[in-house]
Order: sequence, then C-alpha cells, then structure tokens
Amino acid sequence: MRPFSYERATDSGAAATAVKDHPEAMFLAGGTNLVDLMKLGVARPATLVDITRLPYDRIEHRADGSVLIGALVRNSELSGDPGVRERFPALAEALLSGASGQLRAIATTGGNLLQRTRCPYFQDVTKPCNKRTPGTGCSAIGGLHRDLGVIGTSDACVATHPSDMAVAMAVLDAIVHVRLADGADRTVPLSEFYLLPGDTPHRETVLASGDLVTRVELPAPPAGAVMRYWKVRDRWSYAFAVVSVAAVVATTADGTLREVRLALGGVAPVPWRARQAEQVLTGRHPTPELLRAAAQAEFAAARPLPQNAFKIDLATDMITTTVRHLAGGRQA
Amino acid sequence: MTMLERAVGAAVARIEGRDKVTGAARYAYEYPVPDVVYAWPVQSTIARGRVRVIDGDAALSQPDVIAVLDSGNAPRLQPTDDAEMAVLQSGDVAYRGQIVAAVVAGTLEAAREAAAAVRVDYDEDAHDVMLRTDDPQIFAPETVNAGFPGVLDVGDVERALAAAPVAIDATYSTPAEHTSPMEPHATIAIWDGDALTVYNGDQGPWMTSMALAALFGLPGGAVSVIADHVGGGFGSKALPRPPTVLAALAARAVGRPVKVALTRQQMFSLVTYRTPTIQRVRLGAGRDGRLAAISHDSLQQSSTLVEFCEQTVTPTRIMYAAPNRRTTHRLAQLDVPTPGWMRAPGEMPGMFALESAMDELAYALRMDPIEVRVVNEPSADPESGLPFSSRNLVACLREGAARFGWAERDPTPGVRRDGRWLIGSGVAASTYPVYTMASTAVARAEPGGGFTVRVAAADIGTGARTALAQIAADELRVPLERVGIEVGRSGLGSAPFAGGSMGTSSWGWAVSKACRALVKELAERSGAIPSDGLETQADTTEDLQNRKQLSRHAFGAQFAEVRVDADSGQVRVDRLLGVFAAGRIVNARTARSQLLGGMIMGLSTALYENLEMDPQSGDFANHDLAGYHIASNSDVRRIEAHWIDEHDDELNPVGTKGIGEIGIVGTAAAIANAVHHATGSRQRHLPITLDRVRATLPR
Repeated sequence: MRPFSYERATDSGAAATAVKDHPEAMFLAGGTNLVDLMKLGVARPATLVDITRLPYDRIEHRADGSVLIGALVRNSELSGDPGVRERFPALAEALLSGASGQLRAIATTGGNLLQRTRCPYFQDVTKPCNKRTPGTGCSAIGGLHRDLGVIGTSDACVATHPSDMAVAMAVLDAIVHVRLADGADRTVPLSEFYLLPGDTPHRETVLASGDLVTRVELPAPPAGAVMRYWKVRDRWSYAFAVVSVAAVVATTADGTLREVRLALGGVAPVPWRARQAEQVLTGRHPTPELLRAAAQAEFAAARPLPQNAFKIDLATDMITTTVRHLAGGRQA
Repeated sequence: MTMLERAVGAAVARIEGRDKVTGAARYAYEYPVPDVVYAWPVQSTIARGRVRVIDGDAALSQPDVIAVLDSGNAPRLQPTDDAEMAVLQSGDVAYRGQIVAAVVAGTLEAAREAAAAVRVDYDEDAHDVMLRTDDPQIFAPETVNAGFPGVLDVGDVERALAAAPVAIDATYSTPAEHTSPMEPHATIAIWDGDALTVYNGDQGPWMTSMALAALFGLPGGAVSVIADHVGGGFGSKALPRPPTVLAALAARAVGRPVKVALTRQQMFSLVTYRTPTIQRVRLGAGRDGRLAAISHDSLQQSSTLVEFCEQTVTPTRIMYAAPNRRTTHRLAQLDVPTPGWMRAPGEMPGMFALESAMDELAYALRMDPIEVRVVNEPSADPESGLPFSSRNLVACLREGAARFGWAERDPTPGVRRDGRWLIGSGVAASTYPVYTMASTAVARAEPGGGFTVRVAAADIGTGARTALAQIAADELRVPLERVGIEVGRSGLGSAPFAGGSMGTSSWGWAVSKACRALVKELAERSGAIPSDGLETQADTTEDLQNRKQLSRHAFGAQFAEVRVDADSGQVRVDRLLGVFAAGRIVNARTARSQLLGGMIMGLSTALYENLEMDPQSGDFANHDLAGYHIASNSDVRRIEAHWIDEHDDELNPVGTKGIGEIGIVGTAAAIANAVHHATGSRQRHLPITLDRVRATLPR
C-alpha cells in the first residue's frame, strides 16, 4: 500500500483547501469504497482528508414536505428515519437493499452517491480500463460484461453506477447541494450531477477538485403518489442490482397516470432516469401494451452487449410489474 | 456399578469453541515470531509465455525492502510431480496469476507496495483458456483423480440405448467454482539450520511436512507443520499450495522467518478451484423404469502444469443397476490455474448431471422420481460386483419423502402459482465413498488421572478435535472432560489429511485402537500408572489391509422446494431437506453442522457460484467475494438435515462413513429438478441464474 497522510478536517473551508490544491488528496467519509480501492491500488491518494467531523450529519424534514439529508448521514440512519420511511419509502427500500448491515452503518449519503463502479476490470490494475487509466482501452466490451451497462454507455466504457440509493434519489428529483472549493454554495439536480462516459469515462460527476457534497434535498413527492424500489439481483442479499426500478406513480380517479417517474439501476453508467418511458406513460392508462411500448421507447437508444441484452427485457418486465402494481394502489 | 453415558452420538459443543469466539484460538498467521519479515508474491500478467527479464531495482530501492526473488536467485527445490509446488524454479508462465517473483520486506505494507514496483517483461504466447468440446487437444486420461480408471465400458451401450423404449440424452454443464475458505491461505516459515517449522492453514499437517521435506531435500522429520486451528479448506489446504512453498523458500533465501498471507483476490489464481465440466448423460430404460443403459461422459480441464482429472463420472458407476454402462472422462490441459480438490470432487458435478437425468427419465416415463431410483437399486456394486457394506439409499428416499410430504406432490410441472411465484419441488440422491487411510495415534494415561490422546489430525472447523475426543472417552470409559486431545501438528505422528470425508474414520480408528491398547495395558497393571505416565501407540496400516473386500459408500436423499419469480426469473429455495445414511454419527451437533454446511454449499453451487474465465486476459475475472457469489444468510430459508441409524460393522471400529462432503452431493440436482417442476423448463447448466431461467419462461 502506498504511504499516505491523514488529516482530520475541522471545518469545510480547511477541508476544501486541503484537497483543492493537492491533486493527490481525497476526501474520506465512511471509506467503505475508497479504502477498498486503495487496497487494490486503484485509488492512490497521498493525503486523505477525513470530513466525518463536519456538520453535515443531520436529516431535516421541512414543513413543505421536503427533506434535507446531510452528506454524512449514515445509510443505516437514513433508512431507519421515520420521516423517510413514511414519505420516501422507496429511498428506505433502496438503502436497505444495498450492501450489508455493517457497511450501511458506516457508509454515508455523499459517499454512496460518489461510489465507483464495481466493474471487475476497473478494480484490477493489471488490466486495461479507460475509466481507471484513460486511453488504455475497455476490457469489458470484449470480455465479461453480463453485469454491465446497456444504455448510456460508450465505446470507451460500459461500467454501471452501483448505487441503489442514487436510483431512488433520481426518481425523487433529488437536488445535490455542493460547497464549491471557493466557498460558494451551488445546487445541482441529481439528473445533472453525473456525467455519461462518452470518451472521458474517468470524469464521473460535475464536481471539481475541492468541491464537497454537503446535503441532498428531496422535494416533497407529488400529492397522492405511491412509490417503490424493486431490486433484482443474483442472490437475495449482498449483491449489486442486475436491474433495479424506482417508480413514483400518482393516478387520477379513473386510473390514468397523472404523474409517473421511473429510474433504473444496474443498466447505465449513472442512475438512469427513464424520461422517454415517462413521457409515453403520462396521462395514459398503464396497460401492459403501453408499458412495453414505454420501455421500448426508453431502450430505443440502448447499446446492449452479447451477455447483457437480457437486461432490457428484464427491465421492461420490471417496469411493467412495478407501474401496474403502483397504479393499482398496491405495493408490488 | 454406574453406567457411563456414551460420548459418541451426543451433541457435544466444540472443545475449542470458546477459544474461537473469544479470539484465543490462533490461526497460522497469528503466531508471534521474532524477527519476522513478509513476502508478497508478484503474479504473472500473461497466461502463457516466459519471463524475459525481471527488474527489481525500483522495488529494492524502497524502504524496508530486503530482497526481490525470482527464478534466477530463488533457492533450488527438488524435482516434484506437482509442478504447482515448483515455485520460482523457472521463468515459464503456465497461467495468469502464477508467481513469477516475490518481494521480501520488513513490513507487509512495504512488501506489497514494492511488489507493485517490480517490472516484469515477458515473451508472451497466445493463450487457450476456454473449455470447449471441439478442442483438438482433448484426450482421455487412463486414470483420473484418486486412481479411478478414466473409462469403463460394460456391455453394449449404443445398442441398448437404440433399443430402449424410453431414452434420455442431455448435456449438462457446471462452471469452475472456487473453494474460498474463510481463512485465506497463510503461512509462517522458520528455518533453524536444516530444520523447518511451518505454521500453516493446513488440512494435513503430517502430509504437508512430508511433501515439504521432499521438496527441500530434507529427511521426513526435518519439517514440522503446525495447524492448531484452520479456518476452512474445502480441499484447498489438503496439499501445500504455492504460498506455503513461497514462505519456506523466501525464509531460506533471506535467513529470517517469513510470513505469507494471500489476499482474497490472490486466492483465486493461487489456490484450488473446481474444474468446469461439460457432461453428456444418456439413459435407456424399459417402460417399467428399469435402466438398460447408462452412459455418462465428462469433459473437464486442467492446467498445463499438472494433469488433474476430476473423477466426475465415478458416482454413476455405483449408483444404479444397468447391464450396459459406459463412463468416460476427457481432459483439456489449458493455460489456466491448476484445478483440484473442492468438496466432493467428482460426486458434486457428476451427481448434478446424473440426478438431473434421472429426473428427466422419471418424467419421460411418467413415473415418480423416487420410484425410478428404487427400481434401479442394485443388489451389489455395479462396478466391482462386490457387496455393499451397507446401502440405505432407499431408506433415505423413503424417510425424506415422509418428512418432506412428497406423497402430496402433484408431479405436473409448471402449474402451481402463489401470486407471481411459480412453486415446485424436486428430489435427488446423494452418495459419497467411504475413504479410509492408515493413521497413527498415541494414548496416554497421565499420573494425575487424566488421559491425553495425540493424533496428527486437522480440525478445519469440522469439529474433528471434539469427535476424536468423544471416541477416545468411550474407548477409555471415562467422561469426556478427562480426555485431553492434541491435534494439528505433524510431530504427533503419521496421519492422513482432512479430505475425502475420511478424517473421523481414519484418525478415529487409530485413536480407538490406541485407547483400547491403553485400557488393556492398564488392566494388566491393575490400573497402576507409572510416575511418567503410561503410553500406547497405534498404527492402523495392517488393520486396513485386513479389511474385507466390500463396496463402502454413504448415501442420502435431498429434497428441495423452490419458488421462481415469473417476472424476474429469480429462484428462491424455500426449503431443503436431506436425509443421510453415513454410518455412526459421532457428534450430533457438529455432524448436523457439516451436513447443513454441505447442503448450503450445494444450494450455492446450484444458484450462484460461477468462477468466470475472461477469455482476453486469461484470468478469472470475478476474483473477489463481491463478484464470486456464494450463498448468503438470506438465501437459506428452511433447511433440515436428518440421518437414519445405520449400523455397519464392516467400516472401522467406530462405525463411521464420513459426513464432510455428502451434503453437497445431489443438492444442485434437487434444486434444478424443483425449478423444472415449478416452471416446466429444465435447467441443465449451473448456476441457475435469473437470465437462464427467464430464457425458458413462457412469454
């Protein structure tokens, strides 16, 4: 392991300064992903700036029904928060479907958003990977890629974003609050927070060096909406999503979809908001035929590979089941 | 006269349980050793070729680095049949991940960091790493693992198949699977002149000591192996693997004690995995279900270093009666790490195919799957013609059927629904041979009234230490508390490894014999114990040679109930029930744990385990426990293991058959058969992943 120095930040300004001018410095929160990557030699920081003492560890429910979640709130605390469980149940479901109890107790909200792909080639420094070492090539496209992305991918990278929480936040129209390195505050909708890989898969978010995620804001869900997070995986616990679906559905009295929001996990380099599908569905009755058409519209831009084309079909079935159950007023 | 309660058969907690849960039990890596340094392997990044040059200068210039070893400067070893043990003896690369160099440093971290700085240049050759049926280099080995003949052909299989009113012809496959014990392989090697002490995660300390002595050209007693506690092995710690050799080699080179511990990732190329198999099973039967022909062919892989051919079709040779039988093994030697023993080598993959095919035959016959097995029950071992010492497969099937509620089962596939779930159940047989090897043991009466029993057994988490103490207590006719047991050290005498489910039978026989001799000697002395104690030794070599010629096997039956999500294809095993006939059960508590553990590992192979070869790099790509899935707690719902009282006097004085492996045999077939019952579609390829299930679900 490469020797590194460790600093504990006492205020945000000092933390930002410690990282901004030092390209080999990184923020450390729960460390559940970063420390693994350091052991693997994928992350080789010279300095770790521990931000866990910064004051971003509270969940604030506001009168308008929105919630502000501190970036340092632990996944376990967030999943157990009564207000979150009551008003944002899809977020609690997503959190509880991820990792293990031990990991959730230490992993933070901000760290969860910023975790790296679990593509096996990204995590193995002996193999080419454009995300880890730009320009070396993608080992997955001609290698093993059953678990990797089918949409939003590029010729340079087919990695998926591994988070469950971020998929639920995407469907909840989350807004990321960022303290910029220069001290200014900025908000970024989650839908604009992540970057698609294109030919620069090593650039994953809009954050610049020293920028710090401080909070995630979830606006109040639409009145009368029901929501769900459904994760399909290769075993019943402790596995990343093969495909996951987060859905928020509000119906009118006659069963028309007044509002429908869909996000997908396990299929894309980012938590994938399925806006094409939403557009097809909004204002219509969710018949199986329409739901299939909606999924087809979404996946019109898909780029499946030989081993993972099944994900499109699986996601289509999951969207169909989830929306129909939610529109029927039941949790699937 | 007070009746002493028998210790054998009781549900006794592990003797070392408290030490383990409090952290007092020491595993190989944990022994404090003065002046110790650390070796870190540098692994090849090509799958085939030769090392051209190794540049260790950058590594050597790092702080705390003591040496960079490669095939040019590492100490020479004696020639060995197991080329995996010839660590750093040549620059040839036979698989990706092979050890091509090592860094020795004052700290683990320094060794690891410097290993990354060693520059290795190769002459790389094209590699061939994928097992395929049309590979021209495939050959049929004359003998396979454990000395079984590669091919057996009795009668005229082709003619019998052609004439059979009902026939099955199906191809099954099982993937490479990795042993992945909880304790990664770890060694401390300490030289004192020409004597070597090795603390090792080890299934067989005495056999490892002999192997290392031969490798380093030393007399047998010169190597002492200490394996007091071992965190699982599943076969991967039965023979010394490259990391153990590396520790001894590096310690020799630098003249200081050396520690080696593998990372989880390194485990996947440097220690044992199970070969993938491609198996074709053909069955021909009359309308009455009686088999006229059984044909079972298996293709599998080994490395170019070692011709290891798993005995995959051997269980088929003893399972069912049929006048015409052909069983064959074929092998491709690829540019891959060397496969080897993983829990029930042969039986696990072989019985998945055979017991799936028997279920297919039952459906083709419209016969109950249990009855198909019952009508084909042989009166003697079909292969050897020898009588079975005991064979209670039918009793296990009947007992399991009663416990499981099999009589109420509607055999129609694909018709039971619970909401969006499809429900089904299945059955399969289990079997495992009764292996026994000669062992020695020592029993001592101590002056204080206690007893000490010594045997170079290995307790790899099975409960062997406790079972052996129970056997000793009964033979000595004293309460268990008065028996001290010492295991896990090569110096305790010759003994086989913990493998082939033979530990309790082999070591237990020697323990029993030594204790009986001690009881006799004490009786002759009217109980008087000399001031330095009284000691008897036993060796079972002749006893084994004098056993009757019989076919000795354990049997079992496993039942599975599954639900399949019709929307996602996910399979959930709601219930697993196994009934086993494995001779006398010594410890009801640890035996249940062994059987349940085997069944859970069977479930894991049915649904999850899949070591995936990356054709481009020639590496197992999913080389960690996030990528290589094993069953988690939430995958195991209701699970039961039972056994029938089986008294077999033709085994060994204790009457045991072995229980470490039979639990994994047949489980995957029972689950695959249940998935067929649920969905109406056969799953012939493991693991049964949701995409495979979805591909067969009606749309």
